Amino acid sequence: MKPKHKHNISSEISISYIVTKKKLTMIAALGVTLGIAIFVFMNSMMKGFDRTSTEGIFKTVPHIRLFKDDETSKPLAQQIQKGEETVIVNPRIVPENNVLVNPNSLIALLQHQDQVTVVTPQVNTNVFYNSGKSQISGLSTGVNIAEADRMFNIRSYVVEGNMDDLKSVQNGILLVVGIAQKMNVRTGDNITITSSRNVIKVMKVVGLFRTNNSVTDKSRSYINISLAQQLLQKNSSYITDINVNVTEFDNAADYAARFSKLTGYKAEDWKAANETLMAAGKMRKIIITLISFSILLVAGFGIYNILNMTISQKINDIAILKAMGFKGGDVIRIFVQQALIIGMIGLAIGLLLATVLVNVLAHVYVGGDIGYFPIRFEPSMYARGFLFGFIITFFAGYIPARKAADVDPVSIFRK
Amino acid sequence: MSAQEIVLQTKNVGKYFYDPEKFRVLNNISIQANKGEFLTLIGKSGSGKSTLLYLLSTMDTDYDGEIFIDDIKVTGMHQNQLAALRNEKIGFVFQFHYLLPEFSCLKNVMIPALRLGNYTRKEIEERAYKKLEMLGLKDQALKPASKLSGGQQQRVAIARALINDPKIIMGDEPTGNLDSKNTQIVFDIFKQLTREFGQTIVAVTHDNDFAEHSDRTIVMQDGVIIDQNFKVS
Ligand SMILES: Nc1ncnc2c1ncn2[C@@H]1O[C@H](COP(=O)(O)OP(=O)(O)OP(=O)(O)O)[C@@H](O)[C@H]1O
Ligand SMILES: [Mg+2]
Repeated sequence: MKPKHKHNISSEISISYIVTKKKLTMIAALGVTLGIAIFVFMNSMMKGFDRTSTEGIFKTVPHIRLFKDDETSKPLAQQIQKGEETVIVNPRIVPENNVLVNPNSLIALLQHQDQVTVVTPQVNTNVFYNSGKSQISGLSTGVNIAEADRMFNIRSYVVEGNMDDLKSVQNGILLVVGIAQKMNVRTGDNITITSSRNVIKVMKVVGLFRTNNSVTDKSRSYINISLAQQLLQKNSSYITDINVNVTEFDNAADYAARFSKLTGYKAEDWKAANETLMAAGKMRKIIITLISFSILLVAGFGIYNILNMTISQKINDIAILKAMGFKGGDVIRIFVQQALIIGMIGLAIGLLLATVLVNVLAHVYVGGDIGYFPIRFEPSMYARGFLFGFIITFFAGYIPARKAADVDPVSIFRK
Repeated sequence: MSAQEIVLQTKNVGKYFYDPEKFRVLNNISIQANKGEFLTLIGKSGSGKSTLLYLLSTMDTDYDGEIFIDDIKVTGMHQNQLAALRNEKIGFVFQFHYLLPEFSCLKNVMIPALRLGNYTRKEIEERAYKKLEMLGLKDQALKPASKLSGGQQQRVAIARALINDPKIIMGDEPTGNLDSKNTQIVFDIFKQLTREFGQTIVAVTHDNDFAEHSDRTIVMQDGVIIDQNFKVS
């Protein structure tokens, strides 16, 4: 038999319990407020760190880099069976060029793969930037500037001159600001560079750039790929790296494995190339997750406490309600609702507080490679905070509520 | 006497308590209560009156034998079914009122009806007012339950027990905390309920006077019924 009218008496009772415990309710809600604010704030901060870190990486590192790995020599004869005479071997790196064979067909092949956005060859060469008598060592990257720009967004960190001039000026060089300052050169000036093969070239500075990565900013320059080949005394088929960008950079490792199989060369994804940074990021993630969850959990205990208190104080109410026909579920609803109301008040204020914190910190200048504090409004973290806050609140209510539902009214009436 | 409609019946009901040691607190209890009957239960302290009443109330389900309420065998029913049955068919009055102190008298009376959901909120409110009026408490309706005198609180509790027009009203010493004047008021209401509305009263009492004026008195001793129709002579 279904009741004709549904009256929400359970929530009336839970609200009355909240109203009679305003102070404790506010304290419990405040716990949730702080818990959720810190949770959202810390996780947004972590997301910001991760973003700046990957953005920084992608200024110079492709999602996947294809190159020929060093090979170690194999023994000429196979190891003979145990107990028999042994061939002494001394494995060494095979003195072969780290060059990709037939790079153009490799590039064409990679370009036809699914979800590949940019494929571009690259030749790196160590150089000395000559400044009077002193030499500054650095790394010059030979690129096809248009493609490299699509991959690394070089244009966005050019601070002086014009990146596109590199296309028309064959011996142009795009120099990092740090080197330019040391050498006291500006856009339009000429500099000489010396390669490891002792090839000397006069270069024309077409522009300056700054990546805000202290290592890059002290060494790097971009030149045309043909010039890099000349610096190494190689012909135009000499390509050491093929850089590939894909649509989903988080899955770069999967692509890398596929490309490696496809081409027979080593394909290294950006995470593998930056293991230390990745490990630091992982550690940061673990620590922040642990701390933010603990704080949220402590907030949950606040609610758990107030519920336990309410239940032991209102044990008579529970007994008579059960006598009058309230089912276990009705009793659970009363107390879970009480917890959820407290939790929702705390959550709402907490999310607001998180927004304030994020806003304030986003305007704090920390300088260095970072600039402004790398934090911004992260809707996904709000959603996550809300979800976890809700779950913890629910259980903080449900666990004591289940105890209340199990109260034996007879044992109360006998007292 | 014409054929009576039985609303409450036990068949060979017995019960053990296990703590601190196993002992048979009730044995071979077979009683019945008719529609419109004012039944009282007396006996020495510790004879098992309350224990029996809690079995009849369906709140205590740990017993042997069988209990029928309104021709429904309640023995073995699920907790939720029993709760629904109590909500609809049984009203309770205890020695203590067990009102929710935060709520007004009116809201206290309304609670079981809101749970049952047979009427709209407005109808329930009107009905609650009527019950309070019947118990002479209409002017107290909107006061918080905690602001009333003991006698008034007990009457509010009775109004609450009546709100769903239950078949049976069970009371464990319902006048135990009341003075003779208030006891008389409660007695008169009970009498009126049985006579005018055909409701059945089963009340445990220590008050011989109260028992004497009821329709029938059952006497218990050491967990058994020793008299099904006791007359205080
Ligand atoms: N929870 C319990 N566990 C063990 N024994 C109990 C329990 N409740 C009651 N008893 C015992 O059961 C017997 C009957 O108790 P009950 O409360 O039914 O007596 P009563 O007739 O209502 O007495 P009174 O008139 O004093 O209220 C008593 O001996 C009591 O000590
Ligand atoms: Mg008793």
